[in-house]
Amino acid sequence: MEELIHARPVIPGEAEGMLMVSSEPLSFWGGYDQQTGEIIDRRHPLSGRIAAGHVLALPFTRGSSTTTAVLLEAVRVGVAPAALLSTGVDTCFALASIVAKELYARSLPVLVLRRQDFDALASGPSAAIMRDGKIILSKS
Amino acid sequence: MPLELTAADRAMLDGEGGAAMQTAMSIVAQMAEVQGAGELLDITQAHIDATVYVGDAGLEFAERLAGQGAKVAVPSTLNVGALDEHHWHEWAVAPEWAARARRQMHAYESMGTTPTWTCAPYQTVHRPTFGEHIAWGESNAVSFANSVIGARTDFYADMLDICCALTGRAPAAGLHLSENRIGRLLLRLVGVPKKVQQDDSFFTVLGYVTGRMAGNRIPVVEGVLGEPDEDQLKALAATAASSGAVAMFHIIGVTPEAPTCEAAFHGRRPEEILDITMDELRRARCELTTADGAQLDMVVLGSPHLSIGEIKRLLLLVEGKRAHPEVEFLVTTSRAVAHLAERSGAMECLRAFGARVTVDTCILTTPMLPEGVRVLMTNAGKFAYYTPGLLSREVVFSGMEDCVRSAIEGRVVVEDRLWKN
Repeated sequence: MEELIHARPVIPGEAEGMLMVSSEPLSFWGGYDQQTGEIIDRRHPLSGRIAAGHVLALPFTRGSSTTTAVLLEAVRVGVAPAALLSTGVDTCFALASIVAKELYARSLPVLVLRRQDFDALASGPSAAIMRDGKIILSKS
Repeated sequence: MPLELTAADRAMLDGEGGAAMQTAMSIVAQMAEVQGAGELLDITQAHIDATVYVGDAGLEFAERLAGQGAKVAVPSTLNVGALDEHHWHEWAVAPEWAARARRQMHAYESMGTTPTWTCAPYQTVHRPTFGEHIAWGESNAVSFANSVIGARTDFYADMLDICCALTGRAPAAGLHLSENRIGRLLLRLVGVPKKVQQDDSFFTVLGYVTGRMAGNRIPVVEGVLGEPDEDQLKALAATAASSGAVAMFHIIGVTPEAPTCEAAFHGRRPEEILDITMDELRRARCELTTADGAQLDMVVLGSPHLSIGEIKRLLLLVEGKRAHPEVEFLVTTSRAVAHLAERSGAMECLRAFGARVTVDTCILTTPMLPEGVRVLMTNAGKFAYYTPGLLSREVVFSGMEDCVRSAIEGRVVVEDRLWKN
């Protein structure tokens, strides 16, 4: 079964991965292990999950401005999410993606979803991100 | 709104100021596009948070810019580094790690910055003034600058901070613009007695609740009694910027852009009104603590870095006393404050109590803690928030008085009578 969502690409790109969703914001510094891709904020609902390679949907980032550096390091190590979805333009996500392209020529698509589309997301299906902002969710 | 660059901006983008300037302007301009800014604006100063080593990517970025001869265009202070530059070997920091952390610190130092090495730049001589446009990184500093001083900075994430510093330009977006500084959410303290508000952990707990409730909206807090001092507002700012994405808050009658409720909301209606009751505050106080039992290995104060005023408060509590030999007592602060404390004799008094002082960094940014330290106690909301995830250790939160008493007794002692039902 497939479902199509139209999102706005902030940093366009193509990616594929399992969808991982939380309605709770996250600080990547102190919340994401840049060596393993594990979510380590022990007060976060996704604590203990490995987000590496997933299409990660979070409403926005909270907390530290070092979130960008942590995300960039995760890109270098190879444990970053495959793409990032949020409910508004998140400057930490966008900046990490811009610098990742500058330093490593790696793509980390960042997209903004309408609130009602974001709220309807649930972890599980695989998500394919298109350059124009289309997201195809496939449930097996 | 398409981004319009000035001739000088375009010259930087074309490489006329050298490769480092070109990279920096390219990143600033891309971020301006992302934020929907119509133009860039001049900044008067920057605070660089990208100094903290979290891996080789950030180091590579710093050394690339430094290698291209990067020099800042405006006065720029440096946030904590990932090392107490001259005392790291007194702790459990691995030399290989220290070498990398130091390289990153030196790269940023080489760019003509001021090596303040502190997360509380607003308590140094480099403090900005009301209405100034600045580009600051470090979540607590951003929140303090906007809310308590009324300077204007967006939340500059690591690496955009240095790009703004190198170009002297920033996107005209976010909290630089008056319309984005308006309160959106009203948080009313309801039934919170004055004696609770006077408790020395109150503003930290209030910060935690504020961040949780606000998310990324600007909160306006109503019902604060009396006049909180600067260190109390600092605790609120730092904690709200940890539990939420609070880059700015207003407190009616206290912060400069909120003399009245009307002013805080620019005459508009709040999007939402929420009450903060004793129940919320109690729950928050509990959530900040993860340890149970009385075991205590270390007390740590200083996130954000202690001010000289906070050190004086600490002195009143420790003078003539001695920490338990089994409990490590650590204070983290800036070089400048440590120097003042040394000259005033405060440092000697702290040492006599058994305290150790670390500068330039903190427990969250440098791997300094020995394995044996499993349970920490702190009065800092930011330490309490990040310790479980970043350090894989348990934490107890309470006020400074409880922290000192616990250090003396060698076990966790929390006086929470005020907070009980």
